[in-house]
Order: sequence, then C-alpha cells, then structure tokens
Amino acid sequence: MRLSSIPISAWVGIAGITLALFCAIFAPWIAPFGERDVVGDIWLPMGGDFLLGTDNLGRDLLSRLIFGARTTIFVALAATVISFSLGMLLSFTAAVTGGFIDQLFSRFNDLMMAIPTLIFALVVLAVLPQQLWILILVMAVLDSTRVFRIGRAVALDVAVMEFVEAARLRGEGTRWIIFREILPNTLSPLLAEFGLRFAFSILFLSTLSFLGLGIQPPAADWGGMVKDNKDGIIFGISAALVPGGAIAGLAICVNLVVDWLMKRTSSLKGGRGDA
Amino acid sequence: MAALGPESGPALTTGTVAGGESLPQTGTLSGTAALPAAGKVTGTFWRRFTLRRPLAALIIQRLGLSVGLLFAVSLMIFGGVEALPGDFATTYLGQSATPQAVENIRKDLGLDRPLTERYVTWLSGAVKGDFGKSWASKNSVSEQIGKRLGNSLFLAFFAAIVSVPLAVALGMLAVQYRNRLPDKIINVVSLAAISLPEFFVGYLLILFFAVQLGVATFPATVYDSMGFGERLSAIALPVATLVLVVLAHMMRMTRAAILNVMSSAYVETAELKGLGAFRIIAKHAAPNAVAPVINVIALNLAYLVVGVVVVEVVFVYPGMGQYMVDAVTVRDMPVVQACGLIFAAFYIFLNMAADILAILANPRLRHPR
Repeated sequence: MRLSSIPISAWVGIAGITLALFCAIFAPWIAPFGERDVVGDIWLPMGGDFLLGTDNLGRDLLSRLIFGARTTIFVALAATVISFSLGMLLSFTAAVTGGFIDQLFSRFNDLMMAIPTLIFALVVLAVLPQQLWILILVMAVLDSTRVFRIGRAVALDVAVMEFVEAARLRGEGTRWIIFREILPNTLSPLLAEFGLRFAFSILFLSTLSFLGLGIQPPAADWGGMVKDNKDGIIFGISAALVPGGAIAGLAICVNLVVDWLMKRTSSLKGGRGDA
Repeated sequence: MAALGPESGPALTTGTVAGGESLPQTGTLSGTAALPAAGKVTGTFWRRFTLRRPLAALIIQRLGLSVGLLFAVSLMIFGGVEALPGDFATTYLGQSATPQAVENIRKDLGLDRPLTERYVTWLSGAVKGDFGKSWASKNSVSEQIGKRLGNSLFLAFFAAIVSVPLAVALGMLAVQYRNRLPDKIINVVSLAAISLPEFFVGYLLILFFAVQLGVATFPATVYDSMGFGERLSAIALPVATLVLVVLAHMMRMTRAAILNVMSSAYVETAELKGLGAFRIIAKHAAPNAVAPVINVIALNLAYLVVGVVVVEVVFVYPGMGQYMVDAVTVRDMPVVQACGLIFAAFYIFLNMAADILAILANPRLRHPR
C-alpha cells in the first residue's frame, strides 16, 4: 500500500483522529488550566484568556475539552475492544462448532437485539450502580451483539473453505482453527467494522452522558459537558455546542477512515465497486 | 402464487438489505430461525395449511414469532433486571438507611414477595394495559403513558411523513447520478450527518432558529388545550431534528438497496438488449427494489421510535422518552419496565412489518426451504 493511494478524505480523518488522540494522551501537559479548576466568571465568551470561553461553573472550556477527550476516547475504545473480543470469540465459536451451540448463541443474540440498544441500556443502568467499569461493560455487551452478527456471517463464509477443512483433517483443535485459520482471513472486513463500532460507541457514550447516565461529574466528558451547558443555549450562549461539535468531528473523522477502509476491502475482493 | 407450490424453493435469506450500514437491525424475525411458533396446531393440519395457503401461513408464523419474542423480552426486562445486583430499597433510601426502614419500604413496594409471583402479576397486568403504580409519584403508570405515548407518536409520525419521501427521492437521485458530483455531495453530507449526535443537531437548530432568528418555539411543550396548528408549530424543531438524524441513514440504505438491484445481471442484460433507461427502471429494477426499500423504511421507523428519546429530552417535550429517562435517574422501576416494554414492542412489530411487507413484495421469499 502506497501512501499516495490514500484519498484526501481519509487523510482528513486520520489527522482528526491523531489530534484527538494527542489531546487524550498529553492532556495534563497541553491543557492551559486544570480539569476541575474554577478560573473565571460563568459562560465567558470566547477569546482573551480563555480560548473557548468558560462553562456553567466558570471552568475553562478548552481545558475541559482536552481532558474530556481522554475520558470519552478511553471509555469508547475500551467498550469497543471488549465488545469485539467478546463478539468475535463467541461468533467464531458458534460458526466453527455449529449445531446446538450455534443455535443457542444465535437465538440468544437475536433476543438481545430485539430490544433497541438505548432502551436496553436505560433499563439496565436504572438498576446497576453508577460506576465506570459497569458502564463500559454494559456498552460492550450491548455492542457485542452487533459484532456477533457480522462475525458469524463472515466466519461462516471462511469456515467452509478448503484450507479450514484441511486443518480439520490435519487434526487441529477448535482453538487453532479460530485463531490461526479464520481470524487472519476475516481481519480485513472486521477492521472496518471495528471503526464503525468505535464511532458508534463515541456517539452512544455521549448520548448516555447527555442523558445523565454515563460518566458522572465532575469528570469531564464531551456528552456530559453538553448536558452541563445546555441551559445556556436559551441565552444564545454556544458553550454546549463546542463539546457537541467535538463529538461530531471525531465521529466524522472515524467514519471517513472507515469509508476508505471499506472501499479498499471491497475492491480487493474484486467486486463491482459501487454500492 | 400457486396454491400448491413446491416445498423446495430456493433457500433465500430474508431481511437483511443494507450492506455495511451501522443501523441496529433485528435479525430475529428474518431468516431460517422459524421457531414452531404456532406449535399448538397439530402437525398434520398445520402442514396442510402451509401447503394450501403458504402466504397466510407465513404471516401467521411471523406474528406468532413476534408475540413469542415479545414474551421473551418481557421476561428479560423483568427477570433480568431482578437478577442484576443492586437493591432498590437501599438505593431508594440512601446508604444510611436503617434496616427497619429498608424492610418497610420493601414491603411497601411488594418486593418481599417471590420473584415468579411478582412477574406473573406484572405480566398479566401489562397485557391488560395496567402497569401498576410509579414508585416515585404513586400515580398510575398507564395513565401517564397513555398521554405521553400519543405525544411521542405524534412527533414520530410527522418525522416519518417528511423523511420517508425525501429519503427515497434523494436515494434515487444519488443512484441516477452515481459517481458524479450530486452523488458525491450527497455521500459526503450524509456521512457527516450520520456522525452527528441527535442532541448536537437539536441544540444547533435551537440556537439558530429559536434564539437567533426567533421563528421557532423552545421548549417544545404541548398541553391538552392546544390547538392543532399550535401543536404543529411547537413540534417543528423536534421534527426537523428527527428528520435530519434519520434521513441520512435512510437515504444511504435506499441508495445501497437500489444500487444492489441496478448492478445485478438481469439489469445488465436489459441494458445490453438496448432497452431505454426508463423502461429498465420501471419494468426490471423497480419491482425488485420495492422489497428492500420497504425494509429500509421500516427499519428506520423502528430507529425513529428510539431516536425520539433523546430528542424529547433536548426539547423538553412531554413524551414517553422523557418519562423513561426521568424514571431511570430516580430508579423508578415500574415506569422503566413499562416504557422499556412498550419501546421494545414497537421495535419488534415494526421489524415484523418490514419482514411481512418484504414477503408480500417478493414472491421468492414465500418458500424459504
């Protein structure tokens, strides 16, 4: 793969993701103020000492945005990684084993998917204590149903290939077949799916935080920041739109990269390339 | 359809249209997973019925499957929630509650009865439309839901009326100008629109239309004494938000569905035969594209039902979504469970409708095996 073959839209996406990651990793060093420090009046306009103004409690918006990148990206990434590990492991097991296990997993997955994700999350979070790892786990489990669906479809395609049969006849165990035969051959489509699920996780986490059920204050997180500043909107104060824009920007960047990855996979397969 | 059609038609997978889209879809109602939903019918009679009336049999099967699914979902919403750790009474009173107070409130809420008994009472009540009393306000849940469900449906209905024709038209436009400038513009804009969270779109619209231009109202409160026209102007912004959110998804899926048909071999054959573009679309492509497009629309309507939740919170609109979110924050379980069940029911039945309409539109799906 040559660098020049990457389209401009994908470069924009990669640049955006890199910027967000940079903010997330080096947050304490590049943020002008602390995450929870009250530094000025409430809802100061942009410019002057505070590049993006201040929020509803007089905290610097830019600093909170930078720290928020850390929380948002970490939680979304953790949820996506767990959901992928879980979904792929179960789906590959189902596809390779077949029979009763496959039926059991698939029907249970269907049942989970019969409830809309947000509604399911609301019901579950109403009961569980509000803790970060529980939030990550709930997001991961709910998302893994989608991964399971795709993973099983992709793995079923590969599982009937000759080389898998050869491995079986060679006497390899299920674990070998999953990790050494099927996984390498399904990585490319699943990579694009990973990006898609990551973008979805960012939006989902932000939505939950916005509803007051995600990350709890005073920790900074983009969805929660929108919630904190939403009352300013009526007075024409756009502080709530800044973190909202950050969420949208990051999600767009991820989607741009995914779009390019998907096109690349479909052209590798020799498809007709439109659609 | 021939009445005594062959039992062994081509094995088709129903349902899934949108390749690579991220919209939540239930696969439950599609595919080969037909549980023996109408199992109480004796084998021979049911068999004869399937042979004589394949269509009716399939629809009955799907209906039965949905009801079964809904039952399983109710079990999950009730039983699953009970199985999770966390004691309501303690959360309710706070950490410093005396054991006696906790005991009292448990008795008060009926939590001291065994799980199965409570589930049966709850379910039999729910079937009759009675969801019990709210823990927080002690009001009847059904009464509240009755009012708010109407409001939510009002919102979703108008969003659907605007977005469906627009999405189909834009999708066809994109296909018509495939890989040319209009298609590329639509593609980039819709990709961006998919990535926008609902609340961001909502607040953007509020800031622009309600605060700066002053042409729309915020918050979008509606009350009983409001006239129809007033109501419409109150929900203008929430509807616009919902439309923007759903439109991009629906348009992209429509485009993919139509392109899928347009790139198939028989359309190529028709092209090579020298048929005109209009004739190809009207005679060859359209009948085959109807099923996937209907499917896309139904799936997005199901998505709309859920999208209502966030939009209602943003616009302070008195609907089901806001009711549920408020109940979740105070852990008012009867309300949460009732709302969850109703949302899930809408979702399941819209998916079922998509499935049945797809079967009606495409005769090949009537013989799954």
